[in-house]
Amino acid sequence: MDEDMLARIEADPRYHRLTKARTRLAWLLTAIMLGAFFSFTALVAFNKELLAAPIGAGVTSLGIPIGFGLILLAILLTAIYVRQANGAFDRLTQEIIAGAEA
Amino acid sequence: MRRASGIALAAILLILPGPALAAALEGEAEQQQTNWIAIGMFALFVALTLWITRRAAQRTKTASDFYTAGGGISGFQNGLAMAGDYMSAASFLGISAQIFTDGYDGLIYSTGFLVGWPIILFLMAEKLRNLGRYTFADVASYRFAQPPVRSFAAISTLLVVAFYLIAQMVGAGQLIKLLFGLPYSYAVIIVGVLMMLYVLFGGMRATTWVQIIKAIMLLAGATFIAVMVLARFGFSPEALFAKAVEVKTGLAAAKGATPADAAVQGRSIMGPGNFIKDPISAISFGMALMFGTAGLPHILMRFFTVPNAREARKSVLWATTWIGYFYLLTFIIGFGAIVLVATDTSYLDPSGGLRGGGNMAAIHLAHAIGGDAFLGFISAVAFATILAVVAGLTLSGASAVSHDLYATVFRKGEVSSKDELRVSRVTTLVLGGVAVLLGIAFEKQNVAFMVSLAFALAASGNFPVLILSLLWKGCTGRGAMIGGLLGLATAFILTVLSPAIWVNVLHLEAAPFPYTSPAIISVPVGFFAIWLFSVLDRSPRAAVDKAGYREQRIRSETGIGAYRAAEH
Repeated sequence: MDEDMLARIEADPRYHRLTKARTRLAWLLTAIMLGAFFSFTALVAFNKELLAAPIGAGVTSLGIPIGFGLILLAILLTAIYVRQANGAFDRLTQEIIAGAEA
Repeated sequence: MRRASGIALAAILLILPGPALAAALEGEAEQQQTNWIAIGMFALFVALTLWITRRAAQRTKTASDFYTAGGGISGFQNGLAMAGDYMSAASFLGISAQIFTDGYDGLIYSTGFLVGWPIILFLMAEKLRNLGRYTFADVASYRFAQPPVRSFAAISTLLVVAFYLIAQMVGAGQLIKLLFGLPYSYAVIIVGVLMMLYVLFGGMRATTWVQIIKAIMLLAGATFIAVMVLARFGFSPEALFAKAVEVKTGLAAAKGATPADAAVQGRSIMGPGNFIKDPISAISFGMALMFGTAGLPHILMRFFTVPNAREARKSVLWATTWIGYFYLLTFIIGFGAIVLVATDTSYLDPSGGLRGGGNMAAIHLAHAIGGDAFLGFISAVAFATILAVVAGLTLSGASAVSHDLYATVFRKGEVSSKDELRVSRVTTLVLGGVAVLLGIAFEKQNVAFMVSLAFALAASGNFPVLILSLLWKGCTGRGAMIGGLLGLATAFILTVLSPAIWVNVLHLEAAPFPYTSPAIISVPVGFFAIWLFSVLDRSPRAAVDKAGYREQRIRSETGIGAYRAAEH
C-alpha cells in the first residue's frame, strides 16, 4: 500500500466508523465469552455443590444445563459476530476500498 | 484366518513384512478376534484418501499449493476441515473415557476446548487472513525484522506439534492394538507412513480433504451412538443419567463401600469432582485450553486456505458449530458407556479396568450398540481421526521449518517455490520418523495430558505474541521474540515441575509446582515479558517496528493488499 492510499483511508470517516464499531463488538463478545467461561470455571473451583445440585426431584444436576448452555453460547456469539461482520461491516469495507482506489 | 487377515492388512499398507506380522498376531490371538468389517472399512478409508492424495499431488506444484491448497477452500469446507483438525483422538476417545470414569468433569474439559474458537474469531480471524500467507509467523512477524520472530515461531510450532503428535501416536497405537491385535509399534508405524504419504504428495489439499471426510464420518458416527443411547432411554437424558448413577453406585458398593458411601460416589458423576482438585488448577487449566486453541499453529494455518476474511469468519462459525455439537454428543456417549460398558464383563479385563486401556470406552460402546459392524465403522473413524490430525500437525511442523526457518531466515526470502517445496518434503519425512519414534517411546503416557501440555505452550508463547503484535503498536520484534520464548520456557519448566511429570514420569516426591496447568503463571509471563522487552527496546529497528503498525493496521482491517487465492 502506498502512502497516498494510507492517507486517504485514514482520512475517511467511514474507516474510523468501521474499526470503532467492529473493535467494540469484538471486545464486547470476547468479554461475554471470557466472563461466562471463567464464571463457570469459578463455579467448578469454588462451588461444586451448586453445579452438583439436582434440578427438582431427578438426578440431572444444575451443572448440565449450565455446561450445555456454555457450549450453545459459544456458537451463538460466533454467529452474531459473523452476521454483523459479513453483513454491515463488509459493505462498509467495500465502500472504503472503493473510495480509496478512486 | 488370523494369518490371512495379517497378510491382507500388510497388503493394504504395503509396508509390513507378512511373516513377522502373522507371528506377532499369534501371541494375542485369544484376546482379539479379527474384525473383517473394521479392516474393510479402514481399507476403504485408506484407499479413498490415497486416491485423493494422488489427485491432489497432480495439482500440488507450488509452495502455495502445498501450504494452503492454493487458497481456494470455501468457508464451509474449511470449517469442517478445522473441526476435523481439532476433534482429535484425545477429544473423542479421551473425553468420552473421562466422562466414563468421572462423569461431569469431562464436560468441563469439553467447554474449555470449545471456548477458544469464539476468541479466535473476535480477535484474530480476519486479521490473520488479511496479513498472512502460509504460517502464523507471517502474521506475527509482519512488521518486524524476520529472523528473531520467525525463529521463535518455528521453535514454538515444533514444540507444540511434537507434544500433540506424541499424544495422537499413543492413541493410534492403543486403538489399533485393540482392534487388530497388532503390536503397538506396528500401529504407530502405519499411522506415521500414511500421514507422510498424505502430506508429502498431497500437501494441504490432501490434508484438507482427509480432514473433511474424517469430520463427516466422526460426526455421523457419534450422532448415531448418541441417538441409539438416548433411544434406549426413551430420549430422556434424565433416565440415562439416573441409570448411570445407579450403575456407579452399584460398582462402588461392589468394591466394598458402605451403602451411604456408594450412594455419594454414584452421585458424584453428576457434578465436578476428582479431575480438578483446587481452584488455581481449574482456572489455570481453563486458560490453557481457551488461549491455547487460539495459538495452535496447525489450526491457525487453516486460515490461509480460504480466499478472504469473509470466508475465514465463516470457517470459524462452522468449526465452532460442529465442534460444540460434537462435545454435546461426547457427553451422551460417555454416560452411555457407563450404563452399557461398565456393567458388561466382556468389555472388562480381570482387574475390572477397560479391555484395551482406559481410552477405549467409546469403542466398546460402539460394539455394545451396533455389534461388530458398527464397531468396525467406529474403529475406522477413530483411526481416520488420528490420521487427519497428525497430517495437519505434520504439515504445520514442515511449514515452520521450510517456510519460516529455511526460506525466510536462512535464505532471506530469496528462494524458489521448488526449493521451498523440496525442503518441506524432506522435513515431512524427518518429522514423520521422529513422530513414530517418540510415539513408541511415550507408549505409557496419558493422551489427554500430552495434549494439555501442547495447549499450555501455545497459550503462553504463540497467543501473547500474536495478540500483542496485532493489537499493540508498541510491540517490537525483539520484545515479541524474548517474551514469547520466556512464555514458552515458563510453561515448559512449570509443567516439568508439576505432578504430571515430576511425580508420574520422573517418580520424584512432592512436585514443586502443585497445579495441573502452568497457564495461570506462564500466560501472564508471556504478555508481561513481551511488554517489558518492547518498552526496553531502544534499538533503531524498534522505531521501524512501531512505524510499521500503521500500514499493518489498515491492511488487517480492510484486507487491502492481502494475498489472493492462486489461480488454477
